[in-house]
Amino acid sequence: MTDNNTGGDVRLTGISKAYGSFTAVHPLDLTVPQGSFFALLGASGCGKTTTLRMIAGLEDPSTGTIFLGDKDVTDLPPYKRPVNTVFQSYALFPHMDISENIAFGLRRRGIKSVKKQVDDMLELVQLGDKAHHKPHQLSGGQQQRVAVARALINHPQVLLLDEPLGALDLKLRRQMQLELKRIQTEVGITFVHVTHDQEEAMTMADQVAVMNGGRVEQLGAPADLYENPQTTFVANFLGTSNLIEAEVLETGSSGGDVLVTAGGGKLRVPGARCTSAVRQGGKVLVGVRPEKISLAHADDAGSIADGRNRVTGRIADSSFIGVSTQYVVNSPAGAELQVYEQNIERDTRLVPGAEVVLHWNPAHTFGLDAAQDIDAGVETVEDAG
Amino acid sequence: MSTPTLTKEAPQPVEEPVLRKPSTRKRLVPYWLLLPGIIWLVVFFALPLVYQASTSIQTGSLEQGFQVTWHFQTYWDAFTEYWPQFVRSLLYAGTATLLCLLLGYPLAYLIAFKAGRWRNLLLVLVIAPFFTSFLIRTLAWKTILADDSVVVDVLNALHVLDVTSWLGWTEGERVLATPMAVVCGLTYNFLPFMILPLYTSLERIDGRLHEAAQDLYASPATTFRKVTFPLSMPGVVSGTLLTFIPASGDYVNAELLGSTDTKMVGNVIQSQFLRVLDYPTAAALSFILMAIVLVMVTVYIRKAGTEDLV
Repeated sequence: MTDNNTGGDVRLTGISKAYGSFTAVHPLDLTVPQGSFFALLGASGCGKTTTLRMIAGLEDPSTGTIFLGDKDVTDLPPYKRPVNTVFQSYALFPHMDISENIAFGLRRRGIKSVKKQVDDMLELVQLGDKAHHKPHQLSGGQQQRVAVARALINHPQVLLLDEPLGALDLKLRRQMQLELKRIQTEVGITFVHVTHDQEEAMTMADQVAVMNGGRVEQLGAPADLYENPQTTFVANFLGTSNLIEAEVLETGSSGGDVLVTAGGGKLRVPGARCTSAVRQGGKVLVGVRPEKISLAHADDAGSIADGRNRVTGRIADSSFIGVSTQYVVNSPAGAELQVYEQNIERDTRLVPGAEVVLHWNPAHTFGLDAAQDIDAGVETVEDAG
Repeated sequence: MSTPTLTKEAPQPVEEPVLRKPSTRKRLVPYWLLLPGIIWLVVFFALPLVYQASTSIQTGSLEQGFQVTWHFQTYWDAFTEYWPQFVRSLLYAGTATLLCLLLGYPLAYLIAFKAGRWRNLLLVLVIAPFFTSFLIRTLAWKTILADDSVVVDVLNALHVLDVTSWLGWTEGERVLATPMAVVCGLTYNFLPFMILPLYTSLERIDGRLHEAAQDLYASPATTFRKVTFPLSMPGVVSGTLLTFIPASGDYVNAELLGSTDTKMVGNVIQSQFLRVLDYPTAAALSFILMAIVLVMVTVYIRKAGTEDLV
């Protein structure tokens, strides 16, 4: 059983993995608090799965140490680690029925009477009637639940999930996300979840580590990552961001607003929401989320409250998607700014070609270091899905 | 599942679903495709089998001709006279099959999981012997196992032959013309028939199953015992059948590498047909061998229980 004292964190110190001249994971330090639902998020090839496999023992780290609680497990083979994995393809044993699959780990540890535990576990994943089916007789979602049950029955210190929902269709995926979250809350085991789906990571995890190019870009709670991205990659990969190239006019006093200029207009950015490089002046990237922006027709510009950041532009495109309307606005400050307006009171003048003013509360603005690729993390067609 | 319907109206008579029958030509296609194979089997397998069956119950002599006299006694006579050769055949074929499995499994495992970019080269090497005739390869073993050969000298120096002679596999300082030579020849000749099916079924095993087993506290040895080997059973079964069945009827190895004391039932059948010209006995022996092999294979497949794995 898991012990519920605080000595059960997963700690990676200086962990890296190189294959020949290719470095899959650059040295990283990471602590996964015991009992948390932790997500490693990133596009394919960012090193998230390699990191997970190193925790499982299926991959030997090139450098660094892995601790489970106070125990150094770096040199332990996978079958000696108190860690279990739910594989992407489930990897159920095709020659065994469901209950044998689930009992596999217990039997390997010499536990004879497994029936009660197997039944309980089948109950937990709601597959009580499938005990004597073979894996190929089950649907994808059911196989996925068997894979979870087969790992959980061992009461591992940490459960590792390698894109476990990747093979499921959208509806089932949503359902399983809630299911996994429920199970995690119920059993209280530390979950480390690898995914490329930012929505999945944000829905399920308490803590998300965003990985890119073998490095952790940013670590934090989902809302924190979304509201305060520290890099353009995080800003673009989690949701959508409007990033505007700007020049610092006034760095302001500590804690005060930073005043910048972009496309002839002036914008305010809270000093506390700027990365350190921004406060030194020069070029910066100013960011704001599309749903934070309000749209007013140019004729109504006078009625916009003072103190709001404003950018003028012309609507290039709009698409009605029911709950909101998404506009693409071209402006001197930046091309193709995204604006999501809720469909509460629709202004019929807001059609492509209309002159508009975008305005938002300066508190919703963040400032990033301009020496980065402005398009990093923008989802392209190949990455999608 | 029933097809969902959108309208509640009764189906209109015009819409009456006329199931168009596939045209006669289309329906006959499978049979046309079967035809060449069937003709081949009837002419070269079924008819000779019937002919053999009738030969086995004939009596007579070459001079007076053979007549079907329903003389089933031939079967009993043939079996009582040649049962040692039957036993020897099954023993040699069984030993050779076991040796093939022991030699072939590690090799097939290596090719399937560890060979990397050498995989195709190794597979070509496995079947490379087929580029030389069966007969020539077996004759080569005569040289390899000759009394003054390096192999025999080394085995002698290591006192291996003392042990094998004590077991009755070899005689004194000789290997040629002993049971061991025949079994070695059989093993060598049928090894590729063991390796290829083993490789095919090992290669199909998802490597992630090994990872899953190790993740679930199975040591590498346990992983092999509980996952890899059970999943390779289709290959083990087809490999052992492909080795055992032809080996039990083989006579070339016993002829070239053995002596009069190592005659297998294949040798008896061959000499009854071609030298003694006692066709009924030869035919009866063939049928007895066929029946024994059939029964053994049936029992084996039942035991191995691979119906849902193959």
